[in-house]
Amino acid sequence: MHFESYDQEGFFDEMFDADNRPRCGADLLVSKIESLSWEDIRQRQAAAEQALLRAGVTFNVYGDAGGTERIFPFDAIPRIVESGEWQRIEAGLKQRIQALNLFIHDVYNERKILADGVIPKEIILSAGSYRKACEGLHPPRGVWCHVTGTDLVRDRDEQFYVLEDNLRCPSGVSYVLENRQVMKRTFPQVFEAARVRPVIDYPSHLLRTLEDLVPETVDNPTVGVLTPGIYNSAYYEHSFLAKQMGVDLVEGRDLVVLDGRMMMRTTHGFERVDVLYRRVDDDFLDPLAFRSDSYLGVPGLMDVYRAGRLGLANAPGTGVADDKAVYAYVPKIIRYYLDQDPIIPNVPTYICWDRKDLDFVLAHLDELVVKAADESGGYGMLVGPHASADERTEFAHRIRQNPRKYIAQPTLALSRVPCIVGDHFEGRHADLRPYILYGRDIYVLPGGLTRVALRKGSLVVNSSQGGGSKDTWVLAAGAPGGMKPPQHTAGGKD
Amino acid sequence: MLSRVADSLYWMSRYMERAENVARFVDVNLQMTLDIPGDSEGQWQPLVNASGDRELFVERYGEATQENVLGFLVFDAENTNSILSCVRSVRENARWIRQFITLEMWEQINKFYLMVQRGAAAKTPGSITHEFLEETMMASQLFTGITDATMSHGEGWHFCRLGRFLERADKTSRILDVKYFHLLPEPAFVGTPYDDILWAAVLRSISAFEMYRKRYHQITPEQVLNFLVLDREFPRAIHHCVISAEESLRAISGTPSGTFRNPAEQRLGKLRSELDYIQAAELIDGGVHEFLDNIQIRINAVGEAIYEAFFALRPVGGTGGTHSRRAPQ
Repeated sequence: MHFESYDQEGFFDEMFDADNRPRCGADLLVSKIESLSWEDIRQRQAAAEQALLRAGVTFNVYGDAGGTERIFPFDAIPRIVESGEWQRIEAGLKQRIQALNLFIHDVYNERKILADGVIPKEIILSAGSYRKACEGLHPPRGVWCHVTGTDLVRDRDEQFYVLEDNLRCPSGVSYVLENRQVMKRTFPQVFEAARVRPVIDYPSHLLRTLEDLVPETVDNPTVGVLTPGIYNSAYYEHSFLAKQMGVDLVEGRDLVVLDGRMMMRTTHGFERVDVLYRRVDDDFLDPLAFRSDSYLGVPGLMDVYRAGRLGLANAPGTGVADDKAVYAYVPKIIRYYLDQDPIIPNVPTYICWDRKDLDFVLAHLDELVVKAADESGGYGMLVGPHASADERTEFAHRIRQNPRKYIAQPTLALSRVPCIVGDHFEGRHADLRPYILYGRDIYVLPGGLTRVALRKGSLVVNSSQGGGSKDTWVLAAGAPGGMKPPQHTAGGKD
Repeated sequence: MLSRVADSLYWMSRYMERAENVARFVDVNLQMTLDIPGDSEGQWQPLVNASGDRELFVERYGEATQENVLGFLVFDAENTNSILSCVRSVRENARWIRQFITLEMWEQINKFYLMVQRGAAAKTPGSITHEFLEETMMASQLFTGITDATMSHGEGWHFCRLGRFLERADKTSRILDVKYFHLLPEPAFVGTPYDDILWAAVLRSISAFEMYRKRYHQITPEQVLNFLVLDREFPRAIHHCVISAEESLRAISGTPSGTFRNPAEQRLGKLRSELDYIQAAELIDGGVHEFLDNIQIRINAVGEAIYEAFFALRPVGGTGGTHSRRAPQ
């Protein structure tokens, strides 16, 4: 019995309830695991790792001299999301992305929300990711974020919270698809019986979303994925998606603006490009409009875009809503544009820009997680309870120097998932990143990337900081165990 | 197709072929040291000369002992044409165009890379074995087979094929050159069993022994030249390689045979027609070394013209363009 000695240590566990009984939908998987010898489990884990290594499913780590390429650590025990729970997540994500798109469009155009005093104007205009060059832009159908990868976490109270929206170039979806391929080979029988919803059609949905951006006068559109190149941490994903969609993977040096159109250099001369799924950050997209020292982008790209001769996903400027101080206002944004209460709540957030909040944050540094408002990927943050006194003093200094740059949140007790550690299972903290596409309508991929903090006790799940991943099984309605009503009731477990 | 992608396909394929040919070079010498009694050390210098990286070798190793030459040609990361470096370049190029090549091609490259990395980490030059070299040749041939069987035979495939055959033509000429000049003119060997052994080793090093025997039976230098330079059908013969490269070049550009629209087609066409009509006796009269040297120079010139015609596309007045990842020859 592999799970007999499994200790939840007081955290919410995604696989077992507080009495160590498998949660709704997880029983099939748990009984399968229990039927295997430990040797067999290890072998399946090793086979999964081998498959990923052979396929070269890697990511690059910045600032690491010893070989820039690594295999993304993978744990063969899947994370299960039961269908009722997923329905709520899906509805919450749709609501949120709809409101955020209305918000971004408003901020770069009429600014009604600022005029109505819902969000202080200074917060928006001082955001490092606000792009003046985007003022007055009208992307097709008013959609700015075509691809979003929202980070969700679950706290001890069983509630899912939105941690970050990731409205710019969220990565990780390739691992969702690769992990699934590997898992189908690792646990074929249980996979079939569990009625796991497929994720394999993501590239088709993505391609359709991109084709929706083709300027209407174009008959035979050319779509491309724009990558910064092989040294980018997500290069593997860029090439993977281009390949799965069957479109060109281009770099800035492949492109040139000629006669007001975006062209690529081919062996038979220049050819027109109509839509770019760009995985290059705003700053580097066009040296004439943004950072002039960028070699990754294409001079003149923004002019072609503004003239409606090029589709871009995502539109430039979306990062303004990713600013963590702006994030704090998203519940208000949802109420303002949709007149609805948020289905998935925010994590309570203190904005250091606000004098009252600042005092509170400085007085409670040992309890809070402090984050730089314009950073992502786990860089530039302080996990108060895990930091030393010196680190906290140093961080307090940084906050005082530039309060606008920081926000703080209570340290969440992230839910845990069982992982293979040595010769037994141990709980590790995890988050969940579902992917949302917004073309003519909104599509949420039934699945997502479950990232796991593989270091014992760690709360940082980012791949650049020692995180790994798991396959995420969203169960179809009516799946075994899925007929029971969801077991969560407010405030407690059975 | 994108110029940059074509560029990477071409070089991926050339480096793969180069890795295989270095293994062939090294393997034939290892075999010969076993066949020929006495001092075997003198046999290693010609390999360095033929590699085109003699200066780098002298600077890094000095004397051309078996151990030094093996270390330099197989696992030396500083030598851009060592097997290790070639395989790394194959993979690096493949990474740039991973969305373009097939999963099977990528997996074979990755397997090959992991195998050579393991070898480099574990082995000292003294223990580079026939088995390792054979595995290297096999990995490259497997890759070629996978490419032919999984990739559509369109423009991208033709760029792979073009790179492969130009590289192979160059390397066959180098293998021949070094053997012809450094091993044959030993007057004592001519007409002795060693003569036969040496030529047989050369033929074996390019997997030509059996096909040669079927065609010509007895081994004579003139027939060997006939076979390895002028044969139209043997896949490693220079003539065959040039014909195949030209086929692919014309498939890419659509220009009919006998005409040309760019210097690459002109240069390759001239080289092919010369090989069409020359005879082995003429070739020997004019000097075999001079002939082979000239072929290498002309293949280089074809390579440069291909770069200009297909990879270095610049807008009028622009400064853009792709960079080439070729190694110095």
